[in-house]
Amino acid sequence: MRLPILQRLASGEVLIADGATGTMLQAAGLPTGTPGEAWVLERPEEIMKLHRAYVEAGSQLILTSTFGGTRARLKHVLSLALSEANGANEGKAGLDVQVSEINTRAAELARRVAGDDLYVGGDIGPTGEMMAPIGSLTYQAAVELFAEQAQALAAGGADCIYIETMSDLNEAKAAIEGARQACDLPVFCTFSFDTHGRTSMGVSPAQAAEAMAELGVPAIGANCGHAPEELLDLLPQMRQAAPDAYLIAKPNAGIPHMVKRQVVYDATPQRMAELALRYVELGASIVGACCGSSPAHIAAIREAVIRDA
Amino acid sequence: MANERLFEEMTNAVIAGLPDKACELAKEALRAGIDPLAAIEQGFKPGMDVVGEGFATGELFIPDLMMSSKAMKEGIAVLEPEMMKRKQKLKTLGKVVIGTVQGDIHEIGKTLVATMLSANGFEVHDLGVDVSPQRFVDVVRQVNADVVGLSALLTTTMLNQEAVILTLKEAGLRDQVKVIIGGVPTSPEWAEEIGADAYAENATEAVEVVKGLVKA
Repeated sequence: MRLPILQRLASGEVLIADGATGTMLQAAGLPTGTPGEAWVLERPEEIMKLHRAYVEAGSQLILTSTFGGTRARLKHVLSLALSEANGANEGKAGLDVQVSEINTRAAELARRVAGDDLYVGGDIGPTGEMMAPIGSLTYQAAVELFAEQAQALAAGGADCIYIETMSDLNEAKAAIEGARQACDLPVFCTFSFDTHGRTSMGVSPAQAAEAMAELGVPAIGANCGHAPEELLDLLPQMRQAAPDAYLIAKPNAGIPHMVKRQVVYDATPQRMAELALRYVELGASIVGACCGSSPAHIAAIREAVIRDA
Repeated sequence: MANERLFEEMTNAVIAGLPDKACELAKEALRAGIDPLAAIEQGFKPGMDVVGEGFATGELFIPDLMMSSKAMKEGIAVLEPEMMKRKQKLKTLGKVVIGTVQGDIHEIGKTLVATMLSANGFEVHDLGVDVSPQRFVDVVRQVNADVVGLSALLTTTMLNQEAVILTLKEAGLRDQVKVIIGGVPTSPEWAEEIGADAYAENATEAVEVVKGLVKA
């Protein structure tokens, strides 16, 4: 039986997370334009198969297939018109049910594979909308979107709410606030520093870490992004700004490009494993990988990190 | 002399991304009887150039760009009635149709490029996200576009950039419109492979590339 996840992190032993979800599901036949969330209800066996592949590769923390699981994103992809203005209540009710159902179900699928011993992170990604004053999404509306998703993830049995790929500090704060309103689970948050060493919205690793420390977020870090090598610079900056936080390193396997119509990511499992060791040296407590990685990457990371632990 | 000082303040209001200040200065320019076109060209526009440059070099980020373009847009709106009175029109560098390709709902990068093109004098038709090849073709024909911009943020949706190009060919429109692509997984090589005319890495570069395309 697993310890509560914060106790497990406090033990000092590195926790191995999982790798890509989206790109792996696409490789398994998820059609272009269909988000992974759709398969939670339509092809749950595929979602579980992927979770299982990561667990077999050595993942101890698997993330739910709910990166795009806020209502803001699901409303695009489920083609359920959300015309609140003209009172189309039927469509709205349909979406209400599906936002909760998809997230809860996704957490249940992950829990079934993780069992009693491994951890499930209830994954939350950005809404895809810009926050006011630049965009139209208000802070309060964002809090509600995230609370709705977090509540459903908690109901499905997640061990923590795992917010990732954030670029706007305000949106990250809204996600944290929403998750805390919705449940008592620990809330983690990682950012994607993909633009000249900052997030696309200009947030530096130190700014992100400071803000997270102020909010008392226990585990913070970097995910996705460009080259996995960049984390070697980013992690120390976060460490310095938030000395007490557990650090998470979950980079892409490089940037994708097309070679002869095949998508290729540059970083091999071997390379990712070498880097994972260095993340741990820099203080990372949770290591995994993001887009373009596979169970082979996680297996290599696990072998390197656990062997040297 | 006084005009120059005012223009400089307008430039700075755009750089700082202050819509209210930009509007106030636009009103001041009108009161002083300054030619609204000159106010735009010599006041607001240089500010946008500075911001575009800062964005390309990594000193400025999306919020800066968006607030600056907002300042410029709102400032120009104040000047517009006077321009109408004088029967002036902002010169358009060309017509651009832009959107994120089918199956892809990533909006921010595309919106940024649209904003920068618009701030730099292009007439921009932003079709939004998840745009079908047919819709691109229909609007290209309808507005007689000079350039069509295709954004894709997923390796799986990049192929739909090619689908738009093929649909343009089928419609007999490919020779009339230049195609530029962008988005994280795309590259100059990909542009070449699918027969696009150009690729741009960021919004600032996109402005320069599109300027080149309409000249060509």
